[in-house]
Amino acid sequence: MNILKIDRRYFPILVTVALFVVMFAAGSIEYNGFFSLQVFLNLLIDNAFLLITAVGMTFVILTGGIDLSVGSMIAFTTMLSATLVQNHHWSPMLVIPFVLLIGSFFGWVMGSLIQYFKLQPFIVTLAGMFLARGLCYLISIESITIDHEWYKSVSQTKVYLFGSNYISISVIIALVVVAAAIYIAHYTKFGRNVYALGGSEQSSLLMGLPVARTKVLVYTLSGFCSSLAGVVFTFYMLSGYGLHAVGMELDTIAAVVIGGTLLTGGTGYVAGTVFGVLIQGIIQTLIMFQGTLSSWWTKIAIGLLLLMFILLQKVFISRKKKSSAAAA
Amino acid sequence: MRNKLFWPLVTLVVLLLANLIHNHEFFKITVQDGHLFGSLIDILNRAAPLVLISIGMTFVIATKGIDLSVGSVVSITGAMACLIISQGDGSSMSVLFSALGISLVLALAAGAWNGLLVSVLGIQPIVATLILMVAGRGVAQLITDGQILTISSKPYSFIGAGYLFGLPFSIYIIAFFFIIAAVLTRKTAVGLFIESVGTNPTASRLAGIRSGLIIFIVYLLCSFLSGIAGLILSSNVSSADGNNAGLWYELDAILAVVIGGNSLNGGRFYLTGTIIGALIIQTLTTSIYSMGVPPEVTLVVKSVVVLIVCLIQSETFGAAFAARRRKKNETAKQGVSV
Repeated sequence: MNILKIDRRYFPILVTVALFVVMFAAGSIEYNGFFSLQVFLNLLIDNAFLLITAVGMTFVILTGGIDLSVGSMIAFTTMLSATLVQNHHWSPMLVIPFVLLIGSFFGWVMGSLIQYFKLQPFIVTLAGMFLARGLCYLISIESITIDHEWYKSVSQTKVYLFGSNYISISVIIALVVVAAAIYIAHYTKFGRNVYALGGSEQSSLLMGLPVARTKVLVYTLSGFCSSLAGVVFTFYMLSGYGLHAVGMELDTIAAVVIGGTLLTGGTGYVAGTVFGVLIQGIIQTLIMFQGTLSSWWTKIAIGLLLLMFILLQKVFISRKKKSSAAAA
Repeated sequence: MRNKLFWPLVTLVVLLLANLIHNHEFFKITVQDGHLFGSLIDILNRAAPLVLISIGMTFVIATKGIDLSVGSVVSITGAMACLIISQGDGSSMSVLFSALGISLVLALAAGAWNGLLVSVLGIQPIVATLILMVAGRGVAQLITDGQILTISSKPYSFIGAGYLFGLPFSIYIIAFFFIIAAVLTRKTAVGLFIESVGTNPTASRLAGIRSGLIIFIVYLLCSFLSGIAGLILSSNVSSADGNNAGLWYELDAILAVVIGGNSLNGGRFYLTGTIIGALIIQTLTTSIYSMGVPPEVTLVVKSVVVLIVCLIQSETFGAAFAARRRKKNETAKQGVSV
């Protein structure tokens, strides 16, 4: 019986991990060449930017908020980097800190509007989403290709692990971000404030936690993460374009929710988000191996999966409520 | 209290006057081949899809919800209608009506999906409709097979580009739906139900209003109107583009509703305000084009306007402002007494 008695907090994350294992196994049985370390590593390589964005989003959703501006922020970062490097001949060493600063500032402004003027997060970040896309088009409506040597060499560098299997520099950045986020979420005061704020804003205020600072910082962090994701995306695409990462909001939110974070805030793990991203990656890989399905199916599949996990959350929450009612 | 329509109307008039200064023939309406032509008619004609979507969005927002999927519904219905017409005889009326019927059923299905997620399953409206906002474009791409479908059908293009008694046909469509919506919500209890659900769904349910059903119907209606907007848009250009049809309409519609004096917190709605809001946005878009500003700027302008309007509506912002004014008055009074 002990085996069945899993801590209820870990239930959503276990479902996610199990789903990933099942999907990977199904792919391995169905398709030749699917079962390999490189296929797994490719999941990370192709989704490094999603992973970074989703980590930032995890914090936002943990506070019970939402950030719809992430996809546009990525596009804006690629566009800004491309124009600064190509047209204004800035050094990449200057461009990257600059775009990260811009992204964080963008997030900070949105967070401040949400906190100090009591505006709903979705409307502020929706406006941010359109603003960032509009700024892309102000720079250029065409795609700008980056042919700077440094960007090229970063994007082509392969870091070999275990023989011929490799990862990219973007994966290393993403993994560092994940490690830092896990540390921040579970071992710092800020992390505890985030969880407390998501549990109940009222109680956090009464307890004297710095609610305002935490909330603003969470959106700043999300802005930073999405602009870092934009930098990684620039390595991946070697271009800046206003239509990059369209619809990434859903992918990101889906990754976080599939990873077991409750949309109502307060419960969830950064590690779960990693699996949420991996599951999306594996859907794409499965569709690619299948070959006959068009890529539009990816979006539809992710939408359905998101729905499934939201329903799971509903069951989970109502059970929790019932059990706490029974205990009382 | 000042009339809610005051500021929206002032904004619209100022925008129109700014256009008049820029182009002295802005208000001129001429008759050509029995049709009325002019910038004002043009704005009304082009505003038709936005007006329809905004009417639906007004009801959704009045229930404290939001529908981010309207743009995707526009692309789905346009794609479906064009697909059916491209496979049949373009000039046949039966093909036309089956195209209209099937695509509107699809729009209703999309609305039912949103309504189900929000009212029965209790998912937050933003997330529930975000699913269709992104996945819906995937569906539209599936229908058109990733291509831009171009059709030639006289009866179909009449919907978006035809004229009736000298006026564009789309103006009659908006008038029709506006009158129905207005009568339904202001002459029957439906409007009251919607406002009551938006104020407090639980209290309304306890008072005997079927909150869930009202919320469901509101999303159904919003999708249906977006579907008609999709038909008008695709018939106007005689083609369907899964990727770009109706792109960014969700922002425009939300903006129209908010500019029209409706609060995002739900509970009250002003249909006339929304219509004026939609006209403001269309006038703004048209002026940006006609004044030679790059059209890309529109997105930036609109998003800044959304933020400003929300800030003005925000209580905290108003309170801070009022406090400052009070302080000023007090210091002025003190100055007098000393």
